[in-house]
Amino acid sequence: MTDKSIDYADISKKGLWENNPALVQLLGLCPLLAVTGSVVNALGLGLATMLVLLGSNISVSLIRHAVSDAIRLPAFVMIIASFTTATELLMQAFTYELYQILGIFIPLIVTNCTILGRADAFASKNGVLASTVDAVMMGLGFLLVLLALGGIRELLGAGTLFAGMDLLLGPMAANWELQLMGDDYPGLLVALLPPGAFIVTGFLIAAKNAIDHHQQEKAKAKQAPVVAGSRRVRTTGHIS
Amino acid sequence: MSFLRASSPHAHAANNTANVMQTVLLATLPGLLALTVFFGPGSIINILLALVFCLAGEALVLRLRKRPLGFYLRDYSAAVTAVLLGLALPPYCPWWVVLVASVSAIVIAKQLYGGMGYNPFNPAMVGYVVVLISFPLQMSQWPSPAPLLESLPSISASLSQVFTGQGLDAYTSATALDIVKQNNSQLISQVYADSDLIRSGSLAGAGWEWVNLGFLMGGLYLLYKKVFTWHAPVAMLASLSLFALLGYDSGSSQSGGSLSLHLFSGATMLGAFFIITDPVSSAVSNKGRLIFGAAVGALVYLIRVLGNYPDAVAFAVLLMNFAAPFIDYYTVPRSYGHAKPRKATEKQEP
Repeated sequence: MTDKSIDYADISKKGLWENNPALVQLLGLCPLLAVTGSVVNALGLGLATMLVLLGSNISVSLIRHAVSDAIRLPAFVMIIASFTTATELLMQAFTYELYQILGIFIPLIVTNCTILGRADAFASKNGVLASTVDAVMMGLGFLLVLLALGGIRELLGAGTLFAGMDLLLGPMAANWELQLMGDDYPGLLVALLPPGAFIVTGFLIAAKNAIDHHQQEKAKAKQAPVVAGSRRVRTTGHIS
Repeated sequence: MSFLRASSPHAHAANNTANVMQTVLLATLPGLLALTVFFGPGSIINILLALVFCLAGEALVLRLRKRPLGFYLRDYSAAVTAVLLGLALPPYCPWWVVLVASVSAIVIAKQLYGGMGYNPFNPAMVGYVVVLISFPLQMSQWPSPAPLLESLPSISASLSQVFTGQGLDAYTSATALDIVKQNNSQLISQVYADSDLIRSGSLAGAGWEWVNLGFLMGGLYLLYKKVFTWHAPVAMLASLSLFALLGYDSGSSQSGGSLSLHLFSGATMLGAFFIITDPVSSAVSNKGRLIFGAAVGALVYLIRVLGNYPDAVAFAVLLMNFAAPFIDYYTVPRSYGHAKPRKATEKQEP
């Protein structure tokens, strides 16, 4: 299969929506649930995951003919671990406070099933360019869900949005913090605790399914318009 | 003249869901009366607010799910959840605490799992636990009972306390369970003697003992009306008593508190007769109910004495709700006319 026959729009659509790693495949739930207490944590971990995913997808795609099937998983895991270590060192160097907040969840990117899953299911079977697009889109899909979760949980739990963005983006983001709920908002602590992560994720998945369902209904209604005055010719099957 | 043509069973007691739920509501009255006499109108305000929020939430979700509104609203199950929630929440807590608890109970714990009869967890306890871990400050403020107050809060002051957070001054005090929990290496008899609250009661602190006796009365009425069987409440109270006796160690500074304190303080009786007897989220068979109740009693004592929170009924009930299907799996009763069912642990023949 050459790269020319690959539909990049389809890969993008799958990564962002149809086969979204967090909402459909339900992979990588551990960081998804553990660090999305605020937007800045979610963004930091989402970017780190995306970086590792990009690196591992490209590398795996490059060596896909040289690695035999029997040892492919250990090889993939070592590649992923190298990129994770590099990312961890980068974060330690440039965003030290965020590195301390995210703590164990940065090294744990190695165990994120999304990354190994994409390496095995996509990058080991497709060319470099397609794997790159897949990595970016899957990473972006994961990042967007992380951001949505982080935003909702931060808003419900602490009443703020974008608090502490300077940890990631430098001093220019120091006053981005929004107090959306007023100063004496008591804070719904449960949203910041693990149960809140599960509940909000459940609602996000439900919302995605509801949108899909709505679109299917709309497509169905468009597909088979019943012309006024058309007669029913069969008692089973739909009128065509 | 024609013969009666209905097939068996011929019993015709009007025992539908709505009637059972109404009986339960009636049985909460003695406890509510005690709460009102000793703590003022706060619990009534809680219950009214919870009723509004719970019924509105139930109606909203039923509408979204395209289910018949009147049929489900008239079975009183949402009303029972609301009343139990209102009784469990501390009087004079802010209105938004009641709102969050009601929405968690009805929308999340009940309707999202499929509505009446499908909820794996007791909705009122889910609502209570959500606000308990979300708003620790507001949820730990129990008012002082009447014997320690100059006068009970008036209705207008109570309402302004609930809706604006101002109106009552210094109305809270530690509950008996708080006091025993915060024991700083004193003998239990000293702790009891130092506390006005416990000294002015004869079993477990002024007010609290009457509230629990009220719920005990209501529970006995429900037993008499055969709304539930005796197994779960008796097992819970027995195992809680056993643990309390074992942990009392004649009142040293490490003691977990006396038997009467554990039986007649906190939410013990409310839990034993109104929460763990929930037909949906507890075990099904009588043997299962014995195990379920005993485990709840043990957990209540252990979390009260060793955990971070002073009272533990809600946590214990939710933990055991998790285990109820497991208990049911191992306690399948023999059905009439059939051989004893094979144990689930027995090796299945291929």
